Amino acid sequence: MPLPFEKPIEDLEIKIEEMRAYAGEQGIDLSDEITLLEQRLERLRRDTFDNLTRWQRVQVARAAGRPTAMDYLQGAFDGFTELHGDRTLGDDPAIVAGLARLGERSVVVIGQQKGRDTKENIHRNFGMAHPSGYRKAMRMFDLADKFGLPVITPIDTPGAYPGIAAEEQGQAWVIAESIRRMSRLQVPAISVVIGEGGSGGALAVGVANRVLILENAIYSVISPESCAAILWRDAAEAEKAAEALKLTAYDLLELGVVDRVIDEPVGGAHKDREETIRRVREAMLAEVASLMPLDRQALEAQRRERFRALGRFRDAA
Amino acid sequence: MALERWFRRNRPTRKEDDNAPAGLWLKCEACSAQIYRKDLVANAYVCPECGHHYRMPVEARIELLADAGSFEPWSGGIQAEDPLGFVDTQPYPERLEKNRQKHGRPDAIVTGGATLDGEAIGLVVMDFQFLGGSMGSVVGEEIARAAERSAQEGRALVAVTASGGARMQEGALSLMQMAKTTVALELLAERGLPFVSVLTDPTTGGVTASFATLGDVIYAEPGALISFAGPRVIQQTIKQDLPEGFQRSEFLLEKGMLDDVVSRKALKERLAVTIRLLRAGSVAREREKGVGRAAAL
Repeated sequence: MPLPFEKPIEDLEIKIEEMRAYAGEQGIDLSDEITLLEQRLERLRRDTFDNLTRWQRVQVARAAGRPTAMDYLQGAFDGFTELHGDRTLGDDPAIVAGLARLGERSVVVIGQQKGRDTKENIHRNFGMAHPSGYRKAMRMFDLADKFGLPVITPIDTPGAYPGIAAEEQGQAWVIAESIRRMSRLQVPAISVVIGEGGSGGALAVGVANRVLILENAIYSVISPESCAAILWRDAAEAEKAAEALKLTAYDLLELGVVDRVIDEPVGGAHKDREETIRRVREAMLAEVASLMPLDRQALEAQRRERFRALGRFRDAA
Repeated sequence: MALERWFRRNRPTRKEDDNAPAGLWLKCEACSAQIYRKDLVANAYVCPECGHHYRMPVEARIELLADAGSFEPWSGGIQAEDPLGFVDTQPYPERLEKNRQKHGRPDAIVTGGATLDGEAIGLVVMDFQFLGGSMGSVVGEEIARAAERSAQEGRALVAVTASGGARMQEGALSLMQMAKTTVALELLAERGLPFVSVLTDPTTGGVTASFATLGDVIYAEPGALISFAGPRVIQQTIKQDLPEGFQRSEFLLEKGMLDDVVSRKALKERLAVTIRLLRAGSVAREREKGVGRAAAL
């Protein structure tokens, strides 16, 4: 299913395919026409994706087929060894964690995992973690510190799960503790917002030295739908809310919330997964390398200062 | 002119700063008793008949906890900007200005230094009436500064929270205040100074999921709504009725999330005792160090 604004692109792709097939069947040379159409397609793609509205980017960030944390774990890292469980309540499938190699280095990866199909989505609770998931993340932070391994957190969640058990088990408490625990890491930490950075549930694993974001990913204090429901009393106003919230990669770069935007292939990450994963890998390698010279204290201090400085205000009149 | 403004800013607390029903006489929403409003106010906004805790204006809260005349304000020097150019049913700057006028402060928070039963503290009080006590850049910054100043001056920190969560109108910058307030508390921890949080009705969202629940000791007032997600959001998500007392202080105490539920009347003394007990360890260590040093001489 194409996204609504992808329809003209898809139509043109189909037309080109049909023309190719026709040329083959009839044994005629339509290569000039096809080349023209392909150029038009390329222009259309670029025009569309260079001019996405914020709401359209929200849709790309959530698009089916967009690489998930697990896709990066398999494609950008080597030898991923999953480690399970929080040692208290269970194992939360909405967060995948473990050891892996990134280039020559051993790292700890904590990723938020949405499903790649309906069945997996149900299993993963659509990437919405319970307290158990954040407890698992904190256990991984301990492990990383103990063995001096850099931490990488691919972020992709609509938010921490709002449910009865989650509240009873202290959802707010574990998010706060995870923020604190991550801020105290003695190793390099890099977060990459790969899809949706949904509020506190994302920030709980987002207190990194360097925060990267894919071009069409979003990071927000509240989902556009919930924001619209509160401010306009109508979830259908989500498009307006998405504009107001300034939740796109380049908005966040301007606000200082993220440090670097990783460009996606034209057409979005879901259209060229391999190239997207390659670019994310390159970015992660460069960022880890840049942080390696810093010692433990410097890493913690840099992280603290980074977050301490965020916000905009002025002297009172 | 300046004096006039000062009077406007410092006018006495108005009726709508609590959530008790209006009127000279009112019917308690919990026990239906007829209460004289003056009695309710004199009783720290607790129903004299049934003990129901109403929300309390910031000034009354400071009066409740700070020793008479000891409170020295720290906050108020900064005000919010409009980093997103946010407009919903009205532009954010207008919404802010109305709230500033109405509540006589730059944002949803007051911080300051005080003594509490003789103990030097930094005091943070959130104002739920000001844009739902929401945490944007200013609230986050005032909390961070209060934590840092308390640490520098060797004070314990007490935070009385009341908030709907992060402020939507400042977008992701509001979200980042959760991390900012958290890292600012580290100085207190490093200096062995206690941070005690007092969660009052309501404390939800990004405030609950950051500094509010990072207290060395966490107390809550009776009957306070304390949550990550609001009850309505949960109901819409799971499409079931919520259990009795869900997300209220007593329920959370039972679940192991709070150190205790403390009534407003007992709050000041409990805070004093807690802070003294927590600080006794480092005071004793200092004394031993002093003795050791004296012996070495």
